[in-house]
Amino acid sequence: MEFAFTDEQAMIAETVQSFFRENATSERTRTAMAGDGIDRELWSAFCAELGLAGIGIDEELGGAGLGMVEFAIVAEAAGAQVAAIPLLGLATCAGAIAAGGTDEQKAEWLPQLIAGEAIAACEGMPALDWNGGKLSGTIDPVPHGGAADLFVFVTPGQAWLVRADAPGVSVTQHVTMDQTRPLARVVLDNVAAEPLADADAAIKALQTGGWLCLAAEALGGAQEALDRTVAYAQERVQFGRQIGSFQAYKHRLADMMIEIEQARSAVYWAACAVDEGSDEAPLALHAAKSFCADTYFMCAGNMIQLHGGIGFTWEHDAHLFFKRARSIQSMLGAGNFHREEIAKMVLGEAA
Amino acid sequence: MKLGFSEAEEAFRAECAAWLQAQMTGEFADIRGIHTLTDMPERRKEWEQHLGKHGWGCIGWPRQWGGRDATLAEQVIFAEEYARSGAPGRINHIGIELAGPTILAFGTEEQKQRFLPDIAAGKTIFCQGFSEPNAGSDLASVRTKGRLESGEWVVNGQKIWTSLAHISDWIFVVARTEEGSKGPKGLTFLMMPLDQDGIEVRGIRQINGDAEFNETFFTDARCPADSLIGNIGDGWKIAMGLLAFERGVSTLGQQMGFRNELDAIIAAAKDNGAANDPLIRQRIAKAEIGLRLMRYGALRMLSNSDHSKIDGAALTYKIQWASWRRDLGELAMDVLGQAGEIAGGSAYEWGMLPNLFLFSRSDTIYGGTNQIQRNLIAERGLGMPREPRGDL
Ligand SMILES: Cc1cc2nc3c(=O)[nH]c(=O)nc-3n(C[C@H](O)[C@H](O)[C@H](O)COP(=O)(O)OP(=O)(O)OC[C@H]3O[C@@H](n4cnc5c(N)ncnc54)[C@H](O)[C@@H]3O)c2cc1C
Repeated sequence: MEFAFTDEQAMIAETVQSFFRENATSERTRTAMAGDGIDRELWSAFCAELGLAGIGIDEELGGAGLGMVEFAIVAEAAGAQVAAIPLLGLATCAGAIAAGGTDEQKAEWLPQLIAGEAIAACEGMPALDWNGGKLSGTIDPVPHGGAADLFVFVTPGQAWLVRADAPGVSVTQHVTMDQTRPLARVVLDNVAAEPLADADAAIKALQTGGWLCLAAEALGGAQEALDRTVAYAQERVQFGRQIGSFQAYKHRLADMMIEIEQARSAVYWAACAVDEGSDEAPLALHAAKSFCADTYFMCAGNMIQLHGGIGFTWEHDAHLFFKRARSIQSMLGAGNFHREEIAKMVLGEAA
Repeated sequence: MKLGFSEAEEAFRAECAAWLQAQMTGEFADIRGIHTLTDMPERRKEWEQHLGKHGWGCIGWPRQWGGRDATLAEQVIFAEEYARSGAPGRINHIGIELAGPTILAFGTEEQKQRFLPDIAAGKTIFCQGFSEPNAGSDLASVRTKGRLESGEWVVNGQKIWTSLAHISDWIFVVARTEEGSKGPKGLTFLMMPLDQDGIEVRGIRQINGDAEFNETFFTDARCPADSLIGNIGDGWKIAMGLLAFERGVSTLGQQMGFRNELDAIIAAAKDNGAANDPLIRQRIAKAEIGLRLMRYGALRMLSNSDHSKIDGAALTYKIQWASWRRDLGELAMDVLGQAGEIAGGSAYEWGMLPNLFLFSRSDTIYGGTNQIQRNLIAERGLGMPREPRGDL
């Protein structure tokens, strides 16, 4: 038992934090927001130069090896800068293909996804009709769906790969509150989808990657919201004193830190539990997803309030955090859903 | 980063669990599951001595002083198994977790020899004399005076809220030893035997009907000249060092006690149908999440060997558990309904859950109130300006 980063993990953290801090600038993110919510240059640099896109995928499948702890470190750093990249799609879809795909599916898709040459997106548990080898239905909303080359769709017991350019696929991107991860509607009309070989394994990997990705992004975003507010508290003067000297202000900052420290425990507990194959993993994932999303929203809301008027402007970045936080709360199961799953477990009602 | 325990550690867990289980179903079955701090003090002192005799008193201490040189993982395991066995709260927790580590860190060789083996053996019970009627959150305002007189310290003044003073052997006090000094300057940390004419202890009844804490009066109370820890005037530094020990491994044992409380609530909710209420279910889940995060927060804090950095997990730990437990008490009452407000017997005495509801209101006060915790977090953790004082 040693619940602290190894030297190697600390090094990865330092590398990815400075990578996103230097490259995922507000200016570049805002350019991406005007389009499909992806900073392609950033994504290629992340995949090709850093070589960290394959984290959590076995080396024999072209991945970088390592585990969920390292993946969480990456997602935390990306979330801290509200980076406009399709990390969630990668975490969910590549994980699902690696865990449940046939050898051909893995060989075809994993190298492209890990290299950043193809973008993937998914949405859990829509109602779909699988008939005579053709898939039909509407999947809405799909995060980063408007930019995807490949979709992974799952329903209980089944999972499919769908190419965005296959006949019968139509995609419409919504004007979305969080423009760094716009949502899209995907309509399938008798599409030739490829079933994944092991749907259960794929679904499990998809959920694990998705929940952990969102939880870690939320942790990074919450911490950054606090750090930027702390900096402002020391700069801004009212009533002849730093606003950070007012106790009502200090206590709100303290409350943010109290929640963030727990969110940090939640993310790395869940990541370790998955890596170590612990029985606690499902509980930890539900806890991490729900707790971190709420923490992020609380911190981003405070970020606006504690900046006053400037925090309410389009120009200031506070709203990027606030909107990302809100979208994470709803995505892949809202807090009440995850807590109800935990309630079933602790009340001994789990299936 | 690794959460799992090694095979050797799991074997150690089995050893602790078996021994504790045997005691709690055998010789000490009568004190199993006691949930107040004051019940059966004599039997609990015997239990402390029994733990000491078998080498389980203070396992993290060096062997030389009655410990086992246990590793961090072993201490975690013992703390968890201790609470799981239903063994009662350690009546000498102040000696084990505060006085002992303080003497170990700042005491002389002679003081270590005099006190540590007896604390580990459960023979010397300590209490903490910090707070005074006019010095609570503002500990630096203590007025109790100490002066050196023919080779002895002579102490006059009053302490208050002194937990378990009525069953303790020794008290450590922070006294003003420099005439006319103010604030953190001029204070000295003294250890005094309670059994003397100059010290009078009077119980104070608490909201749950229990009387765990006391007023402690000093009227020409005495202790030998070498009863101070550190030097004359070092009292503030030693007191602050002591408070840092409050966040030790024992917190994990405390959490297992919380586990037992949450389990009792879950059982009650299933029993009376409250578990079908979706809002109660959400709160049970939140309580479960909070408890788990407390465990992993504590493990992060204990695993953090880089003390040069501000440790956020350590700094936020107190307010986190205190607030969590207060909320747990409220959940308990919402689950129990009016049945929770009926004592059941003829005395004003409460079962585990109603007592949790009442007692947990003090968790957010002692050891630094929630407001003081937030000040500390903002100032030490986030570098915000310090609160202004009205005097000095
Ligand atoms: C059950 C229990 C056991 C205890 N055991 C012991 C013991 O064994 N030994 C011992 O020495 N003491 C003990 N205490 C005392 C405890 O440490 C004090 O009660 C605590 O530090 C608060 O001090 P106070 O009671 O004087 O309240 P005050 O300091 O007067 O506080 C009153 C209110 O003012 C607020 N306040 C004060 N200062 C500030 C500030 N700067 N900013 C914002 N708000 C502020 C507080 O948060 C609180 O809400 C115990 C207390 C309890 C309840």
